Amino acid sequence: MLLFIAKRLLWMVPSLVVVSFLAFVLIQLPPGDYVTSYIATLAASNEVVDQNTAADLRARFGLDQPMIVQYFKWITGIVLRGDFGISFEWQQPVGDLIWERMALTLVLTFSTLLATWGIALPIGIFSAVKKYSIGDYIVTFLSFLGLAVPSFLLALVLMYIAAVEYGQEVGGLFSEQYLTAPWSIAKMIDLAKHLWIPVIILAVSGTASLIRVMRANMLDELHKPYVTTARAKGLSEFHLLLKYPVRLALNPFISTISWLLPNLVSGSIIVAIVLSLQTAGPLLLQSLMSQDMYLAGAFVLLICTLTLVGSLISDILLALVDPRIRLE
Amino acid sequence: MNVTDLASHLEQRAAPSQPILEVRDLVTHFPVRNGVVKAVDGVSFTLHRGKTLCIVGESGSGKSVTARSILQIVDAPGRIVSGSIMLNRLDGSSVDLAGLNPRGREIRAVRGREIAMIFQEPMSSLSPVHTVGDQIMEVLRLHLKMSRKDARARCVELLTQVEIPKPDAAVDRYTFEFSGGMRQRVMIAMSLACNPSLLIADEPTTALDVTTQAEILDLIKRLQQQHGMAVMFITHDMGVVAEIADEVLVMHYGKIKESGPVDTIFHAPKDDYTRMLIGSVLKLEQKAEIRLRRPPIPEDALPVLQVRNLQMHFGSLKAPLKAVDDVSLDLKPGETLGIVGESGSGKTTMGRCLLRVYEPQGGVIDYRRTDGSVVDLLKADAQTLKACRREIRMIFQDPVGSLNPRMTVAQIVGEPLLVNGIAKGKELDDRVADLLSQVGLEPSWRERYPHAFSGGQRQRIGIARAISLNPRIIVADEATSALDVSVRSHVLDLMMNLQDRLGLSYVFISHDIGVIRYMCDRVAVMYRGTVVETGTAEQVCDAPRHAYTQALLSAIPRPDPRARSIHNRHRYTAA
Amino acid sequence: MTDTALASIDTKRLAVASQWQLVWWAFKRHRLAMVGLYITIFLYIIALVPGFFAINDPWQQNARAAFYPPQAIHLFDTAADGSWAIRPYIHPYVFKRDPQTLAAVYSEDKTRKSYVRFFGEGYEYKLLGLFSTTTHLIASENKAQPIFLLGADRLGRCVYSRIMQGAQISLSVGLVGVLLSLTIGVLLGGISGYYGGRIDFAVQRVVEFVLSLPSIPIWLALSAALPQDWPATLNYFMITLILSLTGWAQLARVVRGRFLSLRTEEFVTAARLDGASEGRVIFRHMLPSFASHIIASVSLAIPAMILAETSLSFLGLGLQPPTISWGVLLREAQNIRSIATAPWLFAPGVAVVIAVIALNFLGDGLRDAADPYNK
Repeated sequence: MLLFIAKRLLWMVPSLVVVSFLAFVLIQLPPGDYVTSYIATLAASNEVVDQNTAADLRARFGLDQPMIVQYFKWITGIVLRGDFGISFEWQQPVGDLIWERMALTLVLTFSTLLATWGIALPIGIFSAVKKYSIGDYIVTFLSFLGLAVPSFLLALVLMYIAAVEYGQEVGGLFSEQYLTAPWSIAKMIDLAKHLWIPVIILAVSGTASLIRVMRANMLDELHKPYVTTARAKGLSEFHLLLKYPVRLALNPFISTISWLLPNLVSGSIIVAIVLSLQTAGPLLLQSLMSQDMYLAGAFVLLICTLTLVGSLISDILLALVDPRIRLE
Repeated sequence: MNVTDLASHLEQRAAPSQPILEVRDLVTHFPVRNGVVKAVDGVSFTLHRGKTLCIVGESGSGKSVTARSILQIVDAPGRIVSGSIMLNRLDGSSVDLAGLNPRGREIRAVRGREIAMIFQEPMSSLSPVHTVGDQIMEVLRLHLKMSRKDARARCVELLTQVEIPKPDAAVDRYTFEFSGGMRQRVMIAMSLACNPSLLIADEPTTALDVTTQAEILDLIKRLQQQHGMAVMFITHDMGVVAEIADEVLVMHYGKIKESGPVDTIFHAPKDDYTRMLIGSVLKLEQKAEIRLRRPPIPEDALPVLQVRNLQMHFGSLKAPLKAVDDVSLDLKPGETLGIVGESGSGKTTMGRCLLRVYEPQGGVIDYRRTDGSVVDLLKADAQTLKACRREIRMIFQDPVGSLNPRMTVAQIVGEPLLVNGIAKGKELDDRVADLLSQVGLEPSWRERYPHAFSGGQRQRIGIARAISLNPRIIVADEATSALDVSVRSHVLDLMMNLQDRLGLSYVFISHDIGVIRYMCDRVAVMYRGTVVETGTAEQVCDAPRHAYTQALLSAIPRPDPRARSIHNRHRYTAA
Repeated sequence: MTDTALASIDTKRLAVASQWQLVWWAFKRHRLAMVGLYITIFLYIIALVPGFFAINDPWQQNARAAFYPPQAIHLFDTAADGSWAIRPYIHPYVFKRDPQTLAAVYSEDKTRKSYVRFFGEGYEYKLLGLFSTTTHLIASENKAQPIFLLGADRLGRCVYSRIMQGAQISLSVGLVGVLLSLTIGVLLGGISGYYGGRIDFAVQRVVEFVLSLPSIPIWLALSAALPQDWPATLNYFMITLILSLTGWAQLARVVRGRFLSLRTEEFVTAARLDGASEGRVIFRHMLPSFASHIIASVSLAIPAMILAETSLSFLGLGLQPPTISWGVLLREAQNIRSIATAPWLFAPGVAVVIAVIALNFLGDGLRDAADPYNK
């Protein structure tokens, strides 16, 4: 088991290297750089920047060096000093800007994951056991609907209903008085009060697809011979259902973390933009638009790392619950 | 209950062999889209305490559904429509199992406690993610309300009873860590947990090798005597029936064809179907008549295929699995060479190496072509190999998997002719029609797809494909193993007819000694990748020399209840 | 006894039924899937000839019709004398400005009727990009009185016509994107599954890696890299390419799995021993066996692709106006004040939901029917 975890951890290293390089290349892709867009902004307000100033700026940010050198500087800064560079736009270290937002992203994603599982698991089991019942049809239809509604649209509709019916603005993760306040118990309670709306919005599509997965897994397992064996032992239907098919259907369910998490993170970015949450999404979009590369790079890197860690966790969990993998 | 009933009831109670189970007019249906399948259609029988009842029948006879109906664990959507299943207890009380709610408390109290059941596939019948101990202790805790500690102790005791080595450690292991035979022992231990008065065994040895089967049959017999259990044994194997049964029930398409004491069934069957069934089994107990009539193959004929020191390893270089280890064989023209062995003996791998489906690591396969030249197939270039593969063909085991379900029979049989540029268009069509009639199929069926054919017919299609290129050698890999016994001999007869007509040589791979004896001229016995014995079919089947062959042959149950022998079998342990 | 007669015909037809017939029979029994199929066909017809279904020129701005509300078509025209005829018409709205708030207020004018004609004359458009024509499914008899079935946006453009036009881009992005993913996926998955060994290992690691990455940030970064001044068609293809860069992995996985399990099938070995060339083994024997599975996976991948395009365009990083796609249309609904005054701006969202549901039903039915032999 330890060997398995060690091996799996070792695999993370090349993945992380590739991810970091990918993140760096991605944000380098746009033609021009921050200085070009900075000059363009200044030009819009009729300020003229001469070539020398531009070159000075580039030299100061290190933008005149070859890309591989820039990458190397960037990544060593991160690994050795936890230094993600400077945000051009905000004129602050990137590290100061991202951590709180990443933490909130993590809180949002993790709550959504739990909500998704909590809803999808029992409904999926029910839907499989009562196959072709009215309840199953309703669940099936709703899950198809859930799959089809883009999360940002759901967010918009909720905002619309709140605005028109209740005259309220939905959005943000905090009430105004807590927005800049330091962390406290009251602020956390306030967060919890705001969190459920994005969690529900995000959980809808994930729940819908997980119900489908769980239902299909259960249907596979329900007709396996070991279920008949359990029945022949005299176990009650409910007891044997929980102990055998549900237990076995959980294994593929656990491995869904590895694709559910990337989807959730992706979805949370859009929803966060629509609902203007204080998570990674809106700032990432803004930094990409203004080619604030170190800020954007840090977000892309951290978000990808988050999902890689997620799939690592799902692999380890899977090995924990399935002796066939563990003992191989 | 009136007075006379009561009287007879008391009388029964006093009688020493009061039946434990009385099934009357049992009907179980499976509703399907366009009607119902009458899986069990009016079945009645009686089972006495301590006795063994065998229900025998071919696939689709409803024998397994009958067994499951007793515990009301028929898979959905099947259900008992009518009939009664009386379970008579030792204390004189009786209960009609068919009348109970299939999910109710009463039937659950019977399951696993009074009537226990074991199944065909011990691997899939046990949960792969729960330990052996967990699954056995569950029964004890459920029915006997044992504490965890007591249950564990009893569990170790049960595992000891079924002769599982190191029972203390085995409790905490998972099923995939055991071999097939050991898994079935675990199943048996589980079923014995509450000392049931009836054990229902649904083809418990079908997935096992004969030597393992013999051990499991021994074990069941011994435990039956110790516990005084009645056993209801479902099987398709007449040999097993003859070996263990007291009473026999022959089923066909949901109905009972004949029932009675085992000796009567085998030696004085009244029903035509029973007679046919026993006839086809007995037919495979001796050499085929057309082989007895045929003049022997000349000793000095040059072999058409000569295999020397064949090596085929799988897996890593450090710890290779030697599937074929230094095998040498000769195949004479017109001869059938049988390759016999249990699962894992390497016989299938060896057969596939002959056509270079796998690439063997070493050895020589010399093939003598019609012009007298000799080609080493292992060194042949692509073109030569392709030419030789036209002359050496293969028949596969699985009648389902070996035919592409997406091609018509004409396309399947015509494919070799087409890709080798031998015939196309109208000519191809005529050739296919001719091939189909040669293997006893209606030529007009050639536009049909494989799903329209039964197992035996599919195997005939496979044979037609094999002979389409006028081959000289056919490697037949378990060609009849998936077929019912009544179909088996027909396919074998067809193969022998074709052999005589087309001058074929067969390499006939099988685990079934009966088939080998019926069909083969010479036999090679394989064990763990090596050939342990080669000889004429008569010599190997009747007077085996090698200890392994002796053990193998003596473990095969004979289809004659007067010659029960497997408890006297030889045992072989590899050095 | 008719039952047995029917059954025997059935068996006879069954005996000569090819894979596609069996799949079709299985599919037909799936009612939701059939509904999905019909809707999908209808939507793709719209995507093929959006101009025919549109009423007003989707790009035409109309300052006098900003946030014009949706109009319902009345089918039965009742004349003053009580007689009636089937002659569809609408009541036009009258524009007023609230004297206090200065907000635009529309009120229905029940006294006036503006008649609607089917297959009538409208603005000129190109059918299939080839023939110029002015025939539309629905047209207003009175040219000066346009019909806004689903209202108008803030620039007075007809939302209904824009949805029809948007179908072309949104639905084709799904199709083209999936075809691109399919090409990459089948190629890599096929190589991986067919050759196995180290190549398989390497491709598998890449697939796993791509699957474990969140797609949105990568799409965002990639599309942010696209120059804003590129022509619309080029932009369209780049966006589809970007979407398929992450979409191929799932398909590659499906193809590889199929290849691996087929490689050991006895009928494939048999074909090889029959003397069939590698190409024939792959294309004649193996490909038909998983073609139906691939089609099913593809039909399930299209809706995901449509949703992806919608999201990207919605964020302003996908397709750019004046290109019309459902995502671009939904940008109009980004502003809470806009949707509060004109909730019909959600209509493109409804179109997305219908298309995605229909395709999902279709794909689900196909997946269930894809293997008629494994029962």
